[in-house]
Amino acid sequence: MEQLLSEIVAKYNYWIYVVLMMIGFYAMIGKRNLVKKLLGMNIFQTAIILFYVSIGSKRGGGIPIVDKHAAMLHGVDATGVVNPLPHVLMLTAIVVSVSVTGVALAILIRIYRKYDTLEEDEILEKIGR
Amino acid sequence: MNTPNLHLYVLAAPLLTAFAVNLLGRVSRTWIGPLVLGALTFSAGGALMTLLHVLREGAFRYTIGNWQPPLGIELVVDPLSALMLLLVSAVALLATSSALKSVAHELPGREHLFFTLYMILIAGLLGLVLTGDAFNLYVLLEITAITTYGLIAMGSGRAALSSFNYIIMGSIGACFYLLGVGYLYILTGTLNMADIAQILPGLDAPAAIATAFAFLMVGLWVKMGLFPLHVWLPNAYSQAPTGAGAMIAPLMTKVTIYLMIRVMFSIFSPDYTFLAHAGIQAGIVWAASLAIMCASGLALAQRNLRRMLTYILVAEVAYMVGGVWLANGTGITGAILHIVNDAMMTLCLFLAAAAIIYRTGSLEFDRLNGLYRRMPVTMAAFTVGAFSMIGVPPTCGFFSKWYLILGAVRAGHPEFVTALLISSLINAVLFFRIIELAYFQPASDLSRSEPQQAGEAPLLMLSPLLLSAVALVAIGLGSGPLIENIIRLAMPPGFAP
Amino acid sequence: MIYHSSMLPLAAVCISLLATVPILLSDCKPNLRESWTLLAGIGKFLLVASMLPAVLSGHGFVFTLAEVVPEVPIQLRVDAMGMFFALVASFLWICTSLYSIGYMRTLEEHNQTRYFASFTMAIAATIGVAFSANLLTLYLFYEMLSLATYPLVTHECNADARTSGRKYLTYILGTSIGLVLPAMIITYALTGTLDFTAGGILAGKASAATLTLLLVMFLVGFAKAAIMPMHGWLPAAMVAPTPVSSFLHGVAVVKVGVFSIVRIILGIFGPGLLQNLDLGVIITTLASITVLVASLVALTQDNLKRRLAYSTIGQLSYMVLGIGMLSAAGMTGGILHIAMHAFGKITLFFCAGAIYVASGKKYISEMDGLGRRMPITYGAFLLGALSIIGVPPLGGFISKWNLLSGTIESGQWILLLVLLTSSLLNAAYFLPIVYRGVFAGTGGNGSPVEIREAPLFCLIPLTATALLSVGLFFFPDVFLELVHIAVFR
Repeated sequence: MEQLLSEIVAKYNYWIYVVLMMIGFYAMIGKRNLVKKLLGMNIFQTAIILFYVSIGSKRGGGIPIVDKHAAMLHGVDATGVVNPLPHVLMLTAIVVSVSVTGVALAILIRIYRKYDTLEEDEILEKIGR
Repeated sequence: MNTPNLHLYVLAAPLLTAFAVNLLGRVSRTWIGPLVLGALTFSAGGALMTLLHVLREGAFRYTIGNWQPPLGIELVVDPLSALMLLLVSAVALLATSSALKSVAHELPGREHLFFTLYMILIAGLLGLVLTGDAFNLYVLLEITAITTYGLIAMGSGRAALSSFNYIIMGSIGACFYLLGVGYLYILTGTLNMADIAQILPGLDAPAAIATAFAFLMVGLWVKMGLFPLHVWLPNAYSQAPTGAGAMIAPLMTKVTIYLMIRVMFSIFSPDYTFLAHAGIQAGIVWAASLAIMCASGLALAQRNLRRMLTYILVAEVAYMVGGVWLANGTGITGAILHIVNDAMMTLCLFLAAAAIIYRTGSLEFDRLNGLYRRMPVTMAAFTVGAFSMIGVPPTCGFFSKWYLILGAVRAGHPEFVTALLISSLINAVLFFRIIELAYFQPASDLSRSEPQQAGEAPLLMLSPLLLSAVALVAIGLGSGPLIENIIRLAMPPGFAP
Repeated sequence: MIYHSSMLPLAAVCISLLATVPILLSDCKPNLRESWTLLAGIGKFLLVASMLPAVLSGHGFVFTLAEVVPEVPIQLRVDAMGMFFALVASFLWICTSLYSIGYMRTLEEHNQTRYFASFTMAIAATIGVAFSANLLTLYLFYEMLSLATYPLVTHECNADARTSGRKYLTYILGTSIGLVLPAMIITYALTGTLDFTAGGILAGKASAATLTLLLVMFLVGFAKAAIMPMHGWLPAAMVAPTPVSSFLHGVAVVKVGVFSIVRIILGIFGPGLLQNLDLGVIITTLASITVLVASLVALTQDNLKRRLAYSTIGQLSYMVLGIGMLSAAGMTGGILHIAMHAFGKITLFFCAGAIYVASGKKYISEMDGLGRRMPITYGAFLLGALSIIGVPPLGGFISKWNLLSGTIESGQWILLLVLLTSSLLNAAYFLPIVYRGVFAGTGGNGSPVEIREAPLFCLIPLTATALLSVGLFFFPDVFLELVHIAVFR
């Protein structure tokens, strides 16, 4: 038990992302309101972004901006800076997630104009009629 | 860098045209057709040259901006991706020709918007085929997805809702894929596929590698609509504007299957994929067999031509997944051949559907009566496509089915053989039901009340349809050389047809 | 047999396929359209016949269309067996074309262009089956034939035709996709080839159980041979116009089924293998049951075409029975019966059609006294019937004689009994028709005066085939020679 707890504490970033992801997943699958689904999707994506960002960080790592001359002379001490690549990747991922959200919102507006509601059940009912 | 950069132009042409279409299309609609067709003809020609080049000189890699991998983004042009490049650009070209008419018909005044998205989608698909970078793949996957969401939402009726559901499911798939990439990055510290493939075998972290693999696979399966993860697909594809459906349906799923093959063999190795976890391989073939039967069964329940086609598409996806996972050369040959064939068959059938909808306005079964008399050429092409789906020689559908069944026999998977045969029989029922509807009952009473129903679709829709029908037979008869000269080279190492 | 590469087989197959284009184009000019059909028919026959001397002297022709699967190209090859079948089919097609013109025009049938176009495609597929060099090519043309005949079967476009069309496809496509295709692929997986090779390719490649299963799959799978229980489509297909029934369901389609089985037995399994494993008994048992049951059912049919259909089912199994005996005489008789039965049965169907054209009657019970009004038709009918019963001096006697001597040669006495019983039954279901036509109804004035012989276009072909049935008794040499080459070399 204790081992498990320490495992959880030691890798808390993973657990947080897993919990967040599950919340998002639940919202996407379980909720019947389309906006809530979309929010769930955002939570889901954010969880993954957090996951990426956390794997790039290091205990005591600084920002990855180095003095050009110092780097030329001594090289870069990789332990001193966090890994920038996952962060950069996430910039792209954020862009992607924002654009998906944008498209989804636009579509939601269309749905709302057409059916006057964003509850999936009600929409299906209206379509059925 | 003395290799020709043709493949880059193949990729760039639709992308740049997308913006040109948006700008010039606002000024005058007449610009759109020549621009779009010109760009795609250029792409298709370039893809053909690239393929010939690769076959002559062998695979090559191209680093964008000359940033060397593993830091720079790499494009990989090997026989398989060159073949896919040609397939995507050719199918897109044919579909576009038909789309020009149907979009003008269905979305008057919004053509430039439609074709902007459409061209970006094609560029995204071409990029997916070429990329050699796992993260880049994710971005391109989302580019194609977002444009697809937009295109589908332009449809009428409940298209917007279907599109939204697709967004949710598509995002889940993409996120799973992204997670898988994350794990791989943690393990290897690189995102370049070739690099990952080199580092992975030396690692001792079976659980993490398996997790990464599982996430990647599940993500792609959601994206390709493998039964039972297919729920979004029939609605989305059947309610999209006709012009969009005719391009998305043949290409999206096929490209995703190609990506699965890439992940399985270019990131992971065949050894890992098939042997590392006992029972997985056989289990997936079983799952694919069940998927084929269930999807075919669902297709039987449909009363609309395009919806029926989408369920067949779901079954076909399982054909290819099962074929790849048979884990022998014959099965993989069948799967790759089926990527080509199924793209052409689906294209042919969707183009026929587009032509029918253009003339009659509906694809409900009870409106198809007497179509053979009203649109003989369209229906002739449709019949060829139907025969190919059923698997009648010498259409190409027969030959990929041949390899798939042969692969299953050799691998000892009778359930897959059974599933393929039953699915062929169900396809026969499905298509002959339509052929019978269209063949019987003279249309006299219908056409009198609605005179515009009579007649063939315009030439711009008819010619790609006929071309695709001819291609079905040509590919079928040429499947021997196709396998011998191209697919044999495209096989993962260690496998032969 | 020495094979030479040549375009001739391709030309023989494709000439009628190409004729569909001008036929479809000359939709509005019936005379032009029919001349295309006749031209293609005569051209096809001449092409086939031009290869005959070479085949008789032990030379064959081969043409490879495309390499599709390793070791299995789409290939046409003219050998004695294929020549035999192609000769029969292409000659009878000319007769049928003539007959079609008379029949379709007199009845003023709709959609004649579609009809003639489908017909040319069907005959192309039939010749394709005859000239197939391997099982894959055969399967290709077999399927093509199934699909080309669908519009012919459903020509009437009414509810009946729809039901029959469904039944037809269910049986034919269902078995070919569900049984022949997997059997073919398993064969390929076992042997790596599908070429029809004298002596078979399967020997020593699989266990007896597998081979038995494969054999049954092929036998049942080639449903066009109408071996029970796969016979249901044939009576249903009788809703088609009579020329279709006579040529396709008396000659081309059904014999393609038998021909495929012959190819399987001679070229894939090999008689030797079947003899070693004692599998011939499966074939003969299935065939015997079909022969007897079909003959008995034929007795009960009042619709003339349906009676002929059941008779066909029985006669087809004669051929299968002969092959299944695996003795030289039996196989000779079985294969020879393909030709003899073809000439006899097409005559009978032509007569049935002529009666329908002239009087509009379909049921035997209505045909009392008709023979006195249509003496030529009934004379031809009698000749056809006698040929199928196996009475000398008609062609059917030769094949039946060979079949009987085959049973004696191989000592299968039960089969002898089956054949003799069936011949009696044949007589029992054919002769009353003639009897009623000529002698019944003399008391009253049952026979309407206005009925006269069918038009000349109908009469000429049926007289020709009837006389040829006689001719084949006296001059069977060409066919016998071809069968001998096929069986013994």
